Parts: sequence; structure tokens; C-alpha cells
Amino acid sequence: MNVLSLHNVVKAYANHVAVNDVSFDVKKGSIFGLLGPNGAGKTSLIRIITTITAADSGQVFLNGEPLNRLHPNEIGYMPEERGLYKKMKVGEQLLYLAQLKGLSSRDAKIKLKAWLEKFEILSWWDKKVADLSKGMSQKVQFVATVVHDPSLIILDEPFSGLDPINTNLIKDEIYQLKQKGASILFSTHRMEQVEEICEDIVLINKGKILLYGGVGKIKNDFKEHLFSVKYEGKLPETITNHEYQIVSNIGNEIIFKGEKGQSSNDLLRGLIRNNINIVSYNEIMPSLNEIFIKIVESSNE
Amino acid sequence: MNKIWLVTQREYLTRVKNKTFILTTLLTPLGILVFMAAVVLVMSTGSDKAKVINVYDPSNLLENELKTRDNLTFQFSNQSISAQKEIYKENKINGILEIPALTDSLATSYVYKYHSDDQLAMDESYAIEAAIEKKIRDFKLKKLHIDVNTLKNLDTDVSVDPVTILEDKKISSITTIVSSVLGGIVGYAMFFIILFYGMQVMRSVMEEKINRIVEVLISSVKPFELMMGKVIGVGLVGLTQIGIWIVLMPIIYFIGAALFGINPGSLSDMHSINVPVDDIALSSQDKIGQIFIEITSMNWYKILPLTLFYFLAGYFAYSALFAAIGSAVGEDINDASSLTLPVMMPLMFSMYIGFSAVNAPDSSLAVWSSMIPLLSSIVMPVRLPFDPPWWQIMVSVVSLIIFTIFLVWVAGRIYRVGILMYGKKASFKELSKWIFYKG
Repeated sequence: MNVLSLHNVVKAYANHVAVNDVSFDVKKGSIFGLLGPNGAGKTSLIRIITTITAADSGQVFLNGEPLNRLHPNEIGYMPEERGLYKKMKVGEQLLYLAQLKGLSSRDAKIKLKAWLEKFEILSWWDKKVADLSKGMSQKVQFVATVVHDPSLIILDEPFSGLDPINTNLIKDEIYQLKQKGASILFSTHRMEQVEEICEDIVLINKGKILLYGGVGKIKNDFKEHLFSVKYEGKLPETITNHEYQIVSNIGNEIIFKGEKGQSSNDLLRGLIRNNINIVSYNEIMPSLNEIFIKIVESSNE
Repeated sequence: MNKIWLVTQREYLTRVKNKTFILTTLLTPLGILVFMAAVVLVMSTGSDKAKVINVYDPSNLLENELKTRDNLTFQFSNQSISAQKEIYKENKINGILEIPALTDSLATSYVYKYHSDDQLAMDESYAIEAAIEKKIRDFKLKKLHIDVNTLKNLDTDVSVDPVTILEDKKISSITTIVSSVLGGIVGYAMFFIILFYGMQVMRSVMEEKINRIVEVLISSVKPFELMMGKVIGVGLVGLTQIGIWIVLMPIIYFIGAALFGINPGSLSDMHSINVPVDDIALSSQDKIGQIFIEITSMNWYKILPLTLFYFLAGYFAYSALFAAIGSAVGEDINDASSLTLPVMMPLMFSMYIGFSAVNAPDSSLAVWSSMIPLLSSIVMPVRLPFDPPWWQIMVSVVSLIIFTIFLVWVAGRIYRVGILMYGKKASFKELSKWIFYKG
């Protein structure tokens, strides 16, 4: 079951095509990464999903239904450029935003209190936003995004400007929300976070999809069959001479490239046969960051 | 609809609960009162120290005419001037007024002496002069054998009254004056109210855009709902403020009058100290009565609802435009001024036409502009007390409704695109393109 499905979505502005024939699905209860360099069309895409703008052509389905006027209440959106009313009190502001998402004032109050309690910021209820630090107002913003139990949560660079403690706090919340069945669309260009959190990703550049799929599968597709071996003692000459394409040999570690057909077990067996004292052995997987840069650069050429 | 109401509520409550709003709403009438009290105080305390003036009046010309007032005491004394100057030197009196007996009955100017090293205050010398003038007038009347009633018959009050030929309605020159004043006040008030609250809408739009909260908001509400909620909310704030003033003004006025002992009539009293109530004053009192009759006889059932309609339609049209402009402003608040100019122009223009309509309510300029939307919302209310024909009102109302709806739609189209555009402010060419953007 997909919480979100895009079919051939196109959005053009006066002088450029921001979203060009984009299709992907976000599985229910998954964390999905929407990646792309600056100006790739991520924000345009998010604005279409949040019904802020409409696509020129193509279809968007939320929980199996074509997007309609009631859907914004099922989506929680935290934009990259965050903002709150500076002169309003935290409580009033959250109540207002929650009510705009369709909660009754009573429900909103109960849920907000629970959330603020959870973040240990209930005492901020009567504080003005102008008096909060950046990290503090980010927590408030996060609460505003999720208070109405949206089935799809869209977070645009949610960790920017957060210290490691608050980053972990929000990360834990994201996992918990996922546990409860929410799906998270996570837009960023911080690859190490994507690798850590996301199950599936879509990479877009210049409005077009470059990559789409599970993180593990993508890494597998892009791996270069490089293996790292740490050893003790002397490196047998048979290894340096035969069979193995040594890429680097520094200290007590060699990195070599295997043939495409060979399994890592075969390679390991070969190494043992050559009498090497192996301390560790592992295949080097490409980082998403490397894949990202490689793909984007080649698509820009 | 429900979401418009939520936005309206927020716009209204945050403004009404704002300290500045509460202070200006409460302090403005108080300020006016304090100002009036200050004026009264300044004018009535020409002399704060008690003054004693000796009057040398051997012929008893001013007997019973010069009355002792708050801080000013007149003492009649027939001692010689030189003897009184001795008393002056002992600081017992502040001056000596010398009134020699009248001899030349027909002179047109008289000079009297006031012996003192200090000058008389304006109102003091005015009071003394008025008293003497009245006495000389009586004296002259007697000398010339003129009967007071004969003199009264010489006074004539002429007014040219318009009389309708075809229509059956009563009008008088007073009607014209009352209508002019009323029209002028209404036109001026409309201009300021629309401008003031329209600008508030604009500032509120800009605040949300620069704050970046707008993107969160429009992921929950349609931009048009957000704009309308804002316009309605600020409009309600305006109505609240004006309502409070209408209630508060008389209350504060009477409380103040009781507290400071200011007689509401004392301002006008200042000018008539000791001046006899003569026939001119009588006729002016008549006029005041007539003005009240005119005011009450106006067709308020027609004027009031229509004025309210023009105010609301004008407010909606202009504030929607201000909202659109607010959305087009980039990150720099100062950009707003050049963009507001084209909206300010019809507003100012209509106010000036309104002023000329006060003098010539049936001039073709006034008639036409009272039917042209945007101009009509100020010009027509000015003309309303002059009882313009119904067909003109109908044309004006219908065209204003249609045009306001159109303008709100256009403003909504611009707003919807503008609030998501960052960077430099948009040009008018871009704004016109935004209207036709799809989605």
C-alpha cells in the first residue's frame, strides 16, 4: 500500500520546467528520501504534494485517492525556511496551526499539551516566539507539523540548524512516528542522514528522476566490487602478483577490485588459499554521497 | 469557509489583544479630551493671580456693567487718579481704569486709559472694551432719539433658498450647509479609515511572507481563504475601534466635564464674555436649532446603510489590493512604497473629488466619479446627504459590487503567486502575468 503515488507529474514555469515527468511511490510506514541538489525541483514537487500549487499534468494520489481539498489535513509539512509568528505566544500559535489542520480547539489543546510535555517544553506555552532560540522554535515547529497525526509527514531539511542533541531527539521522534504508521517524506541534501534514516530514495536533478529505489539496492547497483582486507604480518607475494587488481596498499590494508561474477566468498577463499593472516575483510559499498555526486555531475554534463 | 473564520479570528484577536491597539483605542478619545481641556484651561487662565482693578468712573457709566470675575475684581472708586496711583504704589491694586464722563456723543472711536505698569490680558481688555462699547451704544441711542425696537427693525437676515420645481421635497440653504459639512466629514473619514486599515492588511501580508510562516499556512489553507480571513479580520478590528470611539467619546467627555468642572459650553462662552445677547446672537441660536432640525430630517434610513455599504465595498476593494501589493514585496519592507503608489492614487483622487463634490454635488465630475468603482466608494457617500437621484445610486452600487468582486479575485490571483516569490520585488508587468498563472 502506498501512502503517496506520483504519476508523470509535470510542472513548468515561465522559463523552465521545474518538474519533468516525475513518478514514484512512497510506501506506507516508510521513510522516503527526496534528494537533489539546490534548484533540482524538490520544493516545486513538495508544493504540488501539499496542494500549494497544482501540477500542469500528471496525477498525485494520497492514500489511493487523487489529491483533493481535504488532503492538506492529512499532511504535515515543515518547510525548509521555517517561520512562526514572532509576537504570538507558543501555545496560541500551535492551537491556531492545529485548528487550521482541522482539529477542534479541544482536541488540539489535549494533543499539543501531550506533545509539549513529551519535549519537556510545556512551560513555554505562554512564551512569545520572539523569545525562543532557533533550536527551541524548531521544536515548536516540529510539534506544529505532526500534532494532527498526519498520514504523510513532509520534512524539508529538518535538521538544519539543530545541535546534535536536538537532532537525535527529532530523529527519535521520526522513528516513533514511523512506528505508529506514519510515512515520512524527507527532503535533504545531507547524504549521511539519508543513508542512516531512509529506506527508499528518489534522486532528482533539473526536474527529472535520476535514481529511484531502495537504499540498499541502489548501493548494490553502484558498487565497484572493491574489497578491503586488513591483515597481520607480511603480505604474501602471490597476492600482489596474481589474480588481484590491487587498488591501494597502505599500512596493513589492501583494497582490491574483484571480477563482476565473483562472489565475496570466492574471493575470501582465494585469499585464505594464499596464506594471508586476515584481521578483517569486507566489501566496500559506495556511500550515497559518492553516488549522488557522481550521478548529478554526469547528468549535468 | 471554516478556515476563513479561523484566520479572521486570529487576525482579530491578536490585534485587539495587542497593547498598542488597546492604548490607542482608549487613549485617543482621552487625548482629545485632554487637548480640549488644555485649550479651555489655557484660554480661561489669562491671569492666574488675583487681580484688583480700581475703576475711576465719576459719571457711573459702567455701573452694574463691569462684573467681577474669578480672579479679576473691579472696585469703583471716585478718589482722584493721583490719589489712586498712591494706592497702586503700595501694591494694593494692579491698575486703575479711567473712565471720564461721556461728552462727545457722536464720536466713532474712544480711547480710555488704563494706568498700570503691567498690561491687561487679552480677555480682560476685551471684556472691559465690550462693556464700555455697550454703554456708549445705549448712550448714543438715547442721544439720537432712536428706539431700540426701531433699530431691531433695521437688522435683516437674508438667505436665498432653493425651491424645487419638479420634485416634491423641502430644501433650504441650511440643508446645503449641513449636507456639505456632513459630506466633507464622511469623505475625509472614509479616506483615512480605508487607508489606515488597508495598510494594516498589507503589513500583515508582508509580515507573514518575511516571517516565512506563509508556506506552512498555505499548506493548510487556500491562499484566497488566508487573504479573505485577513481582510475581514482587520476590517472587524476597524469597526471595533470606531465603535468603541463612538461609545467612549461622549462618556469620557462627560466624565471629564464632571471631573475638571469644564462646562461643555465654556469654549463658546469665551467669545461672548459680557457681550450682551443681541439679536444677532439670537438668530445664530435659531440657526443652530434649524441645523438640528435639518440633521434629524435627513433621510438617515437611506444615508446610513448606503454609507456603510460604500465603506465596506471600498474597504474590501482597497485592502485586497493592498494585500496583493504586500505579497509582491520582496524581503525589503521599503519596497512597498513604490508599489502602493498606484493604489494610493485613486484613493487620494477620490478624496479630492469628494471635496469638490461638497461644493458642487451635481457637477458632472462628481456625478460621474460617484458611479465609477473605486472612486465611488468615497465620492458617493459625500453626495448622499445631497439626495442624489436613485438611478445614480443604483448604477453606482451595482458597478461597485461587480468591480469589488473582480478586484478581490484579481488580488487573490496575485497574492497566491506573490507570497511564494522571494528575492527582489515584482514589477507591475510581472504582477499582471501572475493573474493568469494557472494552478
